[in-house]
Amino acid sequence: MRHLLVPLLGLLLAAPAFASTAPGVRIQNDAFVPAVLTIAAGQTVTFTNADDDAHTVTAYDGTFDSKGLDTNGVWRHTFAKPGVYRYFCQLHPFMKGTIVVKAAGS
Amino acid sequence: MKRGSFIEHVAWTGAGIAYSLGTGGLLAGRAVAAGVEGQIEFVQISDSHIGFHQAANPDVAGTLKLAVDAINAMPSQPAFVVHTGDITHLSTQQQFDDARAILSQLRAPLIALAGEHDVIGNDPKLYFATFKVPHSTPGGWASWDAGGVHYVVLLNVFNFEKMGVLGTDQLDWLAKDLAGVATSTPVVVFTHVPLYALYPQWGWTTDDGAKALALLQPFQRVTVLNGHIHQIVTHQDGNIRFASADATAYPQPKPGAAPKPGPVTLPHDDLLRAIGYRTVEIQAGTLAFEDRALG
Repeated sequence: MRHLLVPLLGLLLAAPAFASTAPGVRIQNDAFVPAVLTIAAGQTVTFTNADDDAHTVTAYDGTFDSKGLDTNGVWRHTFAKPGVYRYFCQLHPFMKGTIVVKAAGS
Repeated sequence: MKRGSFIEHVAWTGAGIAYSLGTGGLLAGRAVAAGVEGQIEFVQISDSHIGFHQAANPDVAGTLKLAVDAINAMPSQPAFVVHTGDITHLSTQQQFDDARAILSQLRAPLIALAGEHDVIGNDPKLYFATFKVPHSTPGGWASWDAGGVHYVVLLNVFNFEKMGVLGTDQLDWLAKDLAGVATSTPVVVFTHVPLYALYPQWGWTTDDGAKALALLQPFQRVTVLNGHIHQIVTHQDGNIRFASADATAYPQPKPGAAPKPGPVTLPHDDLLRAIGYRTVEIQAGTLAFEDRALG
């Protein structure tokens, strides 16, 4: 079955509709990837710590904070309103990221 | 594991390096044979990261125990053991409990500073409940006099956005605290994050550290001992000598020597040579310290 599933999975990942419904940020090598992610209002972003150190996802304005995310830790946050949300890692303040939230349907 | 330039030329097999500040202000290093020691005044350990469980050290509790056992085996016990922060990895109750279970085995009194990993979420409740520095101010910083030395504990791990940072309250307190101390008195300062700009690109600096150093500069002999960067780095600025300590958990790269400052994974024997503890002697007001590896 494996040889059948792989092409199917590739199709799913390649489909824009799929990607936009499950936006994510990976934390790896002391960086948020992608550093800037654009989503629609109401979408939930999954932050995954794929690093060998602990990190946080913390808004500069204090509106969201993952608290400590261990290796392989996952944290989700729903961005209800359009805007530009800048965040950083409390443990490594040089790590910075931005979520750009556009009005749904725009 | 490459160590600081001072250390690269010295075999690291149970021996330590002692640094002493000569009268001319020059930093001198000498190798010290294992087991040859005078009266140890205090011991510094740092960055235990209890709860960390990645390849760089799958048993951080075990290596902290090695350090505790080595300190407890010293024939003459130090006046205190100072832990310069990042006791835990993720500030959880379990990790604080596990750390306390190991550190409470120390025969000497413990003075434990918070690192940023101990106050994640800008929440110091568990740290204060478990390890608050004795006789500290409500903010957690402290000072005391012992053996002719003025000791100061500074906490620079709050307000993470600019980490490290001391803040106005702590700086005001420090100014008042030092105002009552003769400039001839040796001053020893403990912090977690380096007080000077050691490598700001990786956050290895204290945003308002220069203000603290300006208050310390009039003193004739100042030593600042910190953790955070998981390696020995020494530095001299006027009368102030700085020395970052090894972790008990795992090493980090030399400043700029890797794309990121994350944990460095080494073979087990090499790991034990890259982590350890620091013994400090005080002779006629001058500190001499040895960094001792665990392997």
